[in-house]
Amino acid sequence: MIKIEKISKSFGGIQAVNECSFEVAKGSITGLIGPNGAGKSTLFGIVAGFIKPDSGRILLDGDNVAGISPHRLFRRGLVRTFQTPHEFSSMTVRENLMLVPGSQSGESLVHSWFRWGKVKQEERELIDKVDEVLAFLNLDHVATQKAGNVSGGQKKLLELGRTMMTDAKVVLLDEPGAGVNRTLLATLAEAIERLHRERGYTFCLIEHDMDLIARLCDPVVVMANGSVIAEGDFKSVRSNRQVIDAYLGGEAA
Amino acid sequence: MNYLGFYHYGIYFLTTAGIFGVMALALNIQWGLSGVFNLGIAGFFAVGAYASALMTGAPDPEHWGGFALPLIVGIVAAMLTSGLVAFVIGAATIRLRSDYLAIATLGIAEIIRLVIKNEGEITGGVRGLTGIPSPFNSDNQLVMLAIVLIAVVVLYWLADRARISPWGRVLRGIRENEDAAMAAGKYVTRFRLEAFVVGAAFMGLAGALYASFIGFISPEAFKPVYGTFLIWVMLIAGGSGNNVGALVGTFLVWLVWSFSSLLTDLLPGGLATQAGAVRILLIGLLLQVILLARPEGLFPEKSPPLIGRSRKTRGDIQQKHS
Repeated sequence: MIKIEKISKSFGGIQAVNECSFEVAKGSITGLIGPNGAGKSTLFGIVAGFIKPDSGRILLDGDNVAGISPHRLFRRGLVRTFQTPHEFSSMTVRENLMLVPGSQSGESLVHSWFRWGKVKQEERELIDKVDEVLAFLNLDHVATQKAGNVSGGQKKLLELGRTMMTDAKVVLLDEPGAGVNRTLLATLAEAIERLHRERGYTFCLIEHDMDLIARLCDPVVVMANGSVIAEGDFKSVRSNRQVIDAYLGGEAA
Repeated sequence: MNYLGFYHYGIYFLTTAGIFGVMALALNIQWGLSGVFNLGIAGFFAVGAYASALMTGAPDPEHWGGFALPLIVGIVAAMLTSGLVAFVIGAATIRLRSDYLAIATLGIAEIIRLVIKNEGEITGGVRGLTGIPSPFNSDNQLVMLAIVLIAVVVLYWLADRARISPWGRVLRGIRENEDAAMAAGKYVTRFRLEAFVVGAAFMGLAGALYASFIGFISPEAFKPVYGTFLIWVMLIAGGSGNNVGALVGTFLVWLVWSFSSLLTDLLPGGLATQAGAVRILLIGLLLQVILLARPEGLFPEKSPPLIGRSRKTRGDIQQKHS
């Protein structure tokens, strides 16, 4: 599905990602773990087209997509979420999701001015679709709240909701569980499992919560200092000596 | 002032307020909806005024143009030319972060003004263009006023439809969080450029109306104080993002501006000149007061209604912007 080949990126002399290579297999939920500063989020930024790599290739279904802009990757079914929620804070939760689908004829100003009937019809269908997603994520009761006013955990769910508003093939989740309470975390994990099972999404997720990783991810890829240091199922990587060292004396194991 | 004078002044006041209103609506599409920081309003206003004046004016051996065409042709030419100029400028600058875009557009508007000043063979140079006909060559000021008011109503409708449409929703999203809009698959540059071009075309329309109304234009009329900053004050006072606010703000600020002119005209010669500067200070002061007392303006932005709401969601969405 996604093949990352020798991607490197430095910021002003700091080598954030260093010849990093691994593969996210179609249909997998691949976990990406590693200590803070390992380069995981930068790598996500590169794969999703937000950051241009210095070198290396990213193959999406066999095509090199390194350096392609986010909206074009989105159209190819690659969607990301952010570690810190990026909501449209003064828009309602419902509007946040209504904005997402890409083929709305009302996104053309000419259509909105002169073919309002069609735009209205599409909006009607869109509202139903959004409300289904909100119900799926247990967010229906906050549909009309401003997205900036809902809790941090609910914003995280909204991030996941964004990926459900399009025909995503592969979804990059940047710490979906961070700052989410235990109850919501269960909702979140269930949502990810259901999307994987029912919609056939491929996931790659960065996470520090090892329970969540253990529950969802196979395989698990471990990064440190910008490169992959281990790969395999959760049990094997957590007993890997290098991984334990990278996490400073094995906090994670 | 006698009654007839008052009547004429009233018509003059409403016509100019309407022309400013068109510009405030245009700026609201760019800034209020999309966060495109355009400080070059006067430039697009000038391009529109000249494009229309050259189409509708009488032939003159001193400069190009003068095709004596009807005002509607002038209006279309003004909108197309301003839109095209905005497209070229925007293609180069729209990716800039907002404050850099502001500096760039301010500079470009001055360049436009200087080009007009120096390309005398086309634009009449410093002498300007004279004898621009009023609509239908009518002496009746009410005809001009009616056309301006129709323009205000039509543009209000177009601007408000744009605001509540999915197009406007994407632009509000971009304004709020550009990265999130990108992650939602939006081609941010395209949307920002569209808002910039549409707004500029509206500003060009205002220029066409202005040229036809005053009958004479010169580069002096397109300095940033009137052409740009006054309109910013109008929009911010009225409520950025709110089209009703844009029009009310225009009316009120133009009222203050006009009355301060009546007052300074009463002063003796030398003092009147100095008082001109005080009026600008007054407007700046007004802006400060509004920003401190009501930072969102008299009419704060509201969430648009859900269009095409379904049975399930009916009635739960009249949310006020808080």
